[in-house]
Formats: sequence, C-alpha cells, structure tokens
Amino acid sequence: MATLEIRDLHVTVEADNATKEILKGVDLTVKQGETHAIMGPNGSGKSTLAYSLAGHPKYTITGGTVLLDGEDVLEMSVDERARAGLFLAMQYPVEVPGVSVSNFLRTSATAIRGEAPKLRTWVKEVKEAMERLNMDTSFAERNVNEGFSGGEKKRHEILQLELLRPKVAILDETDSGLDVDALRIVSEGVNRVRETGEVGTLLITHYTRILRYIKPDFVHVFSAGRIVESGGAELADKLENEGYEAYTKGGVSA
Amino acid sequence: MAEAQNIPVGSTTAGQIAVAAESTVATRMSAPPSFDVADFPVPHGREEEWRFTPLERLRGLHDGTAVADGAGVKVAVEAPEGVTVELVDRDDPRLGRAGTPVDRVAAQAYSAFDKAGVITVPKDAVLTEPIRIAVHGEGGVSYGHQVIELGAFAEAVVVIDHTGDAVLAANVDYVLGDGAKLTVVSVQDWDDKAVHVAQHNALIGRDATLKSFVVTFGGDLVRLHPRVAYAGPGGEAELFGLYFTDAGQHQEHRLLVDHNTPHCKSNVAYKGALQGEGAHAVWIGDVLIEAKAEGTDTYEMNRNLVLTDGARVDSVPNLEIETGEIVGAGHASATGRFDDEQLFYLMARGIPADEARRLVVRGFFAELVQQIGVDDIEERLLAKIETELEATV
Repeated sequence: MATLEIRDLHVTVEADNATKEILKGVDLTVKQGETHAIMGPNGSGKSTLAYSLAGHPKYTITGGTVLLDGEDVLEMSVDERARAGLFLAMQYPVEVPGVSVSNFLRTSATAIRGEAPKLRTWVKEVKEAMERLNMDTSFAERNVNEGFSGGEKKRHEILQLELLRPKVAILDETDSGLDVDALRIVSEGVNRVRETGEVGTLLITHYTRILRYIKPDFVHVFSAGRIVESGGAELADKLENEGYEAYTKGGVSA
Repeated sequence: MAEAQNIPVGSTTAGQIAVAAESTVATRMSAPPSFDVADFPVPHGREEEWRFTPLERLRGLHDGTAVADGAGVKVAVEAPEGVTVELVDRDDPRLGRAGTPVDRVAAQAYSAFDKAGVITVPKDAVLTEPIRIAVHGEGGVSYGHQVIELGAFAEAVVVIDHTGDAVLAANVDYVLGDGAKLTVVSVQDWDDKAVHVAQHNALIGRDATLKSFVVTFGGDLVRLHPRVAYAGPGGEAELFGLYFTDAGQHQEHRLLVDHNTPHCKSNVAYKGALQGEGAHAVWIGDVLIEAKAEGTDTYEMNRNLVLTDGARVDSVPNLEIETGEIVGAGHASATGRFDDEQLFYLMARGIPADEARRLVVRGFFAELVQQIGVDDIEERLLAKIETELEATV
C-alpha cells in the first residue's frame, strides 16, 4: 500500500534578500485510499507544503524527510517525483504556448506510464474523461492553459489527475475561484479517482466549502508552518463555525 | 491590431496601423532606392533602417571597406531538365527588374558583383524536382546577384542553401510570370562567423503565387530584406520565416509587402526562438496598401519564443493603409518566454527537462515546418532544431 510519510519537514524561501522559514516541522502520513484535508489561514504555509513536495526550485528543504513507499522523495528531481507517483494539481496552472493539450497529455502519460499509451484506446480514454468533466473536445486542440478560464484550468488539472492515476494527489486550493457548478464537476472528478481506493489525497484548502463534496477522513489545521491540530471530519465543522482565529492568535500551543 | 503578451525584459514589440496619404515606409528610409552605392550615405547606426543592426559587425559591407577577394562563396546549381542556368554580365537586361536596392549594402552588392546568375524556368514548365542552389562560403568577401525567373504558368520549387563561412552581400530577384507558382526556401545555415546581408525582391505576375520560406539558423550577423510587389491583379504571396537565434547571434528579417495592385493577397508569418546571452532577433514587418490597391487581403504575424535570459527581440509590425476598400488587413506580434514556471509545470507531469523544452519549441515551429512541403528540408530543419536545443541543456 502506497504511503507518503512527511517527517519534521523544514522549508525556507528567499525573499527580499532574506531567508525566511515557512515550514517549521511538518509531520504527516498519507496512505493510499485516505483523504486528508489541510486547512489554514492565508500565509500559513499550505501551498509551500504542496510545492515543496512537488520539488519547486523556489523552496529550499532545510530539514526533515519525505518518503514515498520508503523512497526518498527529496532526492528526486521534479519529473522523477511525478513518475514515482506524486501529483500536484496547481492553484495557478501555467500557460504553455505552442503545446496542445492533446500533445501534452500524451507526452505526460507516456512519461508516467513508462510507455506510450496505445493510440486507439488513448483517444477514447481522453475523450471519455473530458466528457465526464464537461469539457468540450475542442479543448484538446488548444494550447495548454492558454486563454483558459479559471474553471477550465481547474478542470484541466483534474483531467490530468484522472488520466495519470498517481499514488498521492496533492490538490492545492483546487476549489478557489470556482463557482458552485464548476466546484461540483471538479469535486466529482476527484471523487471518481478517490473511489478507486488507489490514491492518497491531500486536499489543501482555505474554505470548508469543497468538503461538502469531498468528504475527508482526516482534517488538519495548518498554522505558522506546521500542523497544529488534527481530527476527523468534525474538525472542519468546527472551523466552519469558529474560523481560524483560535489558531492565529496563538491560542494553541503546538 | 497589435498584441503583446508575456514580454520578457529585453524585448520590444511596437506596432502601428497608420492611415496615411503618403507612405512613411518609403520616407523613413535615409535615401530613395538606387542601384548605385554612391547614392547612399555611409550609415552611422541611428538611421531608421539601421538602428537595430550592429554596424561594427558588418565587416565593412556598409562603408566600402569590404572588397571582394575572389575567395568568397562558391555557387553550385542543380536544376532539372528544361531549366536554363546562366552566368551573365551586369549589363544583362534581365537584372534588377524585380526591385531596386533600398539600402547601402544592397546597393553595394549591386555595384560590386562580378557575374550574376540567371535561372529561367520556361513558360508552362511544371518541375517535379526542386532547383537547388548551394552557396558555400570559403571565408572571404563576396557580392552576388541572382535572378530566378518563371515564365507564365510555370511551377517550380527552389532551395537556396547557405553554408560555410563568408562575408556576403547579395540581391536576389524572383520574377513570376502570369499564373506562375514559385516556392522558394532560403536556408541560412552558416558557420558561426559568417555575415550575410541580402535583399530579396519578388515581382508577382497576374494570378501568380509566391510561397517563400526563410530559415535562419547560423551566422554571426544575418540581415535579410524580403520584399514583394505585384505586377498584376490576383497575385498571392505567402512569406514564412523561421529563425533560431543563439548566443551572440544577430538575425534580422525586414519584410515589405507593397500592395501596389488591386485584388492581391499577402500573408506573412515569422516565428523565432532565441537562447543565450546576446542573442538578438529583429523582425520588421512593413505592409503598405496603396490607394489603388482595392480588394487587398493581408495579414502579418511575428511570434518569438525566448528560451533563456540574455536574449533580446525587437519586433515591429507596421501596416499602412491608403484605401479603405479592402478585404482585410491585420497584424500581430507577440513575444513569449519559456520560463522556470512552465518548465516546472511540465516536469511536474513527469516530463524530463530536455523533453519539456523540445515539446515547447517543436510545438512552436511545427505549423510552419509542415507547410514547407520539401521532405529533406523539413527533416533537416527538425534535426537542426534538435541540435540547437541540445546546445541549451
């Protein structure tokens, strides 16, 4: 069973000629089939956690370990992490001019699966996945994220999640900027992947709204660079009612 | 409409559509067109037509100090049956009919060449094999003139291939008879030190079609000036260009389409990729729709992809319209950059860094490469793009 183990993770970032520690000892274990929601106020380091796990060069790991099935993730390049089974659905997916969605998806699937998918079954697979996400097939001919609306970008991220079938999916504020319909469609996509039981999901969000559609097994409150409280789905309800104030005012000693 | 997106530091995109009684395309040149080099002052670099060009790297082509030394370029022509290939003296009446030199280097080339090449495809001849002109630099200074003429309803593909090292200034005339169809591919695959400045003049006959590909990879400094005018209505010009500008290279393409005749079409599409410190690409796209050119349909586009820091693009589309009775006119210019965030995005989907870069550059050039239609040139181009990319990683 695939397991992502994060132990005492410390991460810094360079800003204004100074080194700032953003993650101050994160501990978390995500097992295949589980869904963990990470919730926290803006600036608490949630996205830093997501991008550090994926290997973004902006972040420097200064301490701790990250293991995926016992393999040292921090030693891997960005593409190796993806091929090892980590997937990051980004909050702000990047435009890649000149590369069509269909070419991108196929190149990516080839890299992740280790061989080029058979063309006939692949075309069908992509088409069906797009239909499930309410994406027009003309999408495939557009350049990656170029001129996409916010909702289209997020659906495109979830399309990749469905096609690439990672062991661990990190969804960074996938709900932000979505209207209710788009949120429902995107959530259904995430749930289809979850229902396979083969993916561990790390759902990073500021709002509890998406948790109405995607039921987490665990909820963690993130504040000032670490997890300050963990619980079940009921913790989300508490946050819904009380907000993050208790955590940001230093009310909890972590 | 000019559009500009994601413009990196060190690039400019300017554009304008002017509705003018008098053309500024012509008046902003420092001297009127002439075959005589003496009619042009030696440029100092601030003239509109020279302001992007590093004159000190022209190796004297602009100031009369570059003297042909007989060790310039070797030209070999391979032509199918029925095509006439000649070397002629400068008094031959077939020279200079497609256009007149518009700057000092072109006039220098016209004033200094020894013999001119004339290639003639007779009326109604439809060639099944390309005409191949191999221009190989032997390291010296050279001035050249080449005429390629297609008789009425003739059809031909011409490949002009520049390799080796040279300091070369030349004029190339394309004369298309009525209903003729010419595809010409000019490949600048020079060694690193070469300097190449040329004016290409196309005169398109009634209902004739020119399809031109300018492909520039090599050289220290390449400055090409493709120009089109029409000899009768119904003419069409498709001008495609592709350049890959490396560290230290200056590659400049200056186009002019002169819609001087009613009911003609033009479509200009140039795309360039740049990488490395001091890579500099310049694209000037002038389209002039004269008052008499009713029914004109024109579009011009320039796209640049900056792959690394230190590269610079200057892109200036310029459309001048003297009549409103046209089918369409437009231009676009955009410079985008392949940055760390794009690289991260593609790598986060399992794609290795070198493949990610290849994916982006190939995708960028694909639509143009596919239109060439000469198999060995397409293959060589793709291989060349691969080689250029390997130099990046």
